[in-house]
Amino acid sequence: MNNTHSSAQNLTTFDGTPLKEMLQRAERRRKIKAAGLVAPLFFFLLIIFIVPILLLLYRAVENPEILEVMPRTVEAIQSWDGSGIPGERVFAALAADLRQAHKDRTVGKAGKRLNYDITGFRSLLNKTARKISKIKTEPASYRDAILAIDKRWGEQRYWAAVKQAAKPYTEFYLLAAVDLERDKDGNIARVPAERALYLRVFVRTFWMSFVVTIWCLLLGYPVAWMLASLPVRYSNLLMILVLLPFWTSLLVRTASWIIVLQKEGIINKILLWTHLAPNPIQLVFNRFGVYVAMVHILLPFMILPLYSVMKNIPSSYMRAASSLGANPIVAFMKVYLPQTRPGISAGCLLVYILAIGYYITPALVGAPKDQMLSYFIAFFTNNTINWGMASGLAVLLLVATIVLYIVFNRFIGVERLRMG
Amino acid sequence: MFRISIFKFAMLFVAVTFLAGIAMPTISNARDLTVVGWGGSYQEAQRKAYFNPFIKKTGRQLLDESYNGEMAKIKAMVETNNVTWDVVQVEAPELINACEQGLLEIIDWGKVGSKKDFIPDAVGECGVGTIVWAFILAYDADRIKGEGPKSWADFWNVKKWPGKRALRKSAKPSLEIALLADGVKPADVYNVLSTEEGIKRAFKKLDELKPHLQWWEAGAQPPQWLAAGDVVMTSAYNGRISAAIKEGRNFKIVWNGQCYALDSWVIVKGSPNLDQAYEFIKFASQPQIQAVLSAEMPYGPTHVKAVASVDANVAPNLPTYPANLEGALAINTEWWVDHQAELNERFNVWAAK
Repeated sequence: MNNTHSSAQNLTTFDGTPLKEMLQRAERRRKIKAAGLVAPLFFFLLIIFIVPILLLLYRAVENPEILEVMPRTVEAIQSWDGSGIPGERVFAALAADLRQAHKDRTVGKAGKRLNYDITGFRSLLNKTARKISKIKTEPASYRDAILAIDKRWGEQRYWAAVKQAAKPYTEFYLLAAVDLERDKDGNIARVPAERALYLRVFVRTFWMSFVVTIWCLLLGYPVAWMLASLPVRYSNLLMILVLLPFWTSLLVRTASWIIVLQKEGIINKILLWTHLAPNPIQLVFNRFGVYVAMVHILLPFMILPLYSVMKNIPSSYMRAASSLGANPIVAFMKVYLPQTRPGISAGCLLVYILAIGYYITPALVGAPKDQMLSYFIAFFTNNTINWGMASGLAVLLLVATIVLYIVFNRFIGVERLRMG
Repeated sequence: MFRISIFKFAMLFVAVTFLAGIAMPTISNARDLTVVGWGGSYQEAQRKAYFNPFIKKTGRQLLDESYNGEMAKIKAMVETNNVTWDVVQVEAPELINACEQGLLEIIDWGKVGSKKDFIPDAVGECGVGTIVWAFILAYDADRIKGEGPKSWADFWNVKKWPGKRALRKSAKPSLEIALLADGVKPADVYNVLSTEEGIKRAFKKLDELKPHLQWWEAGAQPPQWLAAGDVVMTSAYNGRISAAIKEGRNFKIVWNGQCYALDSWVIVKGSPNLDQAYEFIKFASQPQIQAVLSAEMPYGPTHVKAVASVDANVAPNLPTYPANLEGALAINTEWWVDHQAELNERFNVWAAK
């Protein structure tokens, strides 16, 4: 033993370098080459995908407005204990900040941020900045001068809002995304019922995606089975029928559903003509319409993975089950279905995760109570330019999706998936 | 077999799309003047009244694009220093907001004309008013035969006029309309809405109608829905309904309770075509040009002389026509800029229930 060991160590290549070292070198070269091949894609994804996502996450906690526009006030207000209203020093700092901001035209930036906390703070800040800039002589007391401009400066909650917004990072948007807020004493509290929205939207998003997934599975499974079991010349034709809508623009398909389902659309015309319904039925701009359109659009994502799995199940298995005495139902349940499980998992995961992020379809064919989370992300991004809030909601959606993925992985195992 | 890599594929796809989006605009550095409007039949009218005559006069190209009022695009352009729009038509609250956020050029009125030539609301720090438009009540007289609705209170009367109604999916002006329907006088609407009871009262009034409501977001939707019979009456931009009437529809406009507001031209901050942008705004603000637009699409002009020179056949269709202003509500922009964050949120909660 000892002898062979030492001889293995002493093995060398023709030029005298130990074999072990040469092997290591070759291995290293191989790794560098592989890394080199992957590098372009890696950096591409890093710059185009990972970095923007991290920036987005950062937007959800970033809080620079008040620090930038009102640095003196921020510094002065730190010594205020939060009861009553602050003293002359803070008022003087506010006056100096607002004068500067009025000159730099940055009052609006701070006003927009503070208006999220208290409605009307924006115009209060604008008005104060405008009027304090007009006072040229040094007033005896800035406190009196500012209170004379607007008596709201005498209320504790306005100052509490300034102090809370004066931190470089904030949990404001993330809290708001789960219907929470800080009250005027700084404690986390539920928002009043007339403003609580997002938790319900979260639940709705997951529920609607679940329903869509189930329908896709129920409708897609037989189609995939037919595709896999028909002779090639028929199944190819069927495959084209599945793929054609898959390649058609999502917007076009959604718009066509509006035309088909609307009050004087073809479905209602047929129902009236055959006297199946006495009056036109509301089929679109409600939950039903959203389900129909989403199931139709997502169906190929269920059918294709199922098909690829079923294609590889030899038909002899079912024949063997029958010849051993199983009736068709038992044979299907015990032999066929378990073998298609990887396809079912893959299809369901794909459809579910795609459905969670759906935006255009519910926005076009749904009522306000059928909107999913993406609608509100788009609303804050486009309409009100509250990107902090949009990021806050996006972060929660991302986290929820990752959690779902991990749970899925734990119970089903991603490595067992078959996508095609 | 490409197992889970389908996700990577999807990522790659998204990445490529993004890259294309970033790369494309930077290619065209010396681009033509780009003017952005609200699309649809209104932009058609703008092409006839402003864009084509401007191209003819200057001999330079002009690109016109349309949008849905998303300020986010302008913000992104200014922040990334990649300004691809020059002149944009915006609504009044967005004008104030974007101006305060520093997204717009401050208007040098010396390059536009005399401030005195414009109606007072049209003179802004960052914007030049271009039209007065209105939310009005519209219905299809081919479907509602006999007596039609005459006010927002009638809009709520589902017994007399059964069927779906449509309103714009936003707090503005749904809350105002609800209070008008509830009997509040136009002059008192914003005082009432400034109180918590007033807001509750507006939502309660909307609650009554909720089962009968369908919500529109794009200005082109209400005339389509009226024509398709999806709704029996709707709120709409007055110009869109007039355009449909011109095309032969038997739509009727109820001016009582109209909610009117002003749209302005703005210049995106950092526009590389600043001089051309001013040239365009000056051109489009001339009284004879504004009168052409009002004739094409009955939105009220903002130039004092244009108000006088509008054709007598067109004038009764304008929101600013004296008889149409009876019972009208001027949308209070300054009030909305303060309250929109809170009320939009409450409206979303209410609508999603």
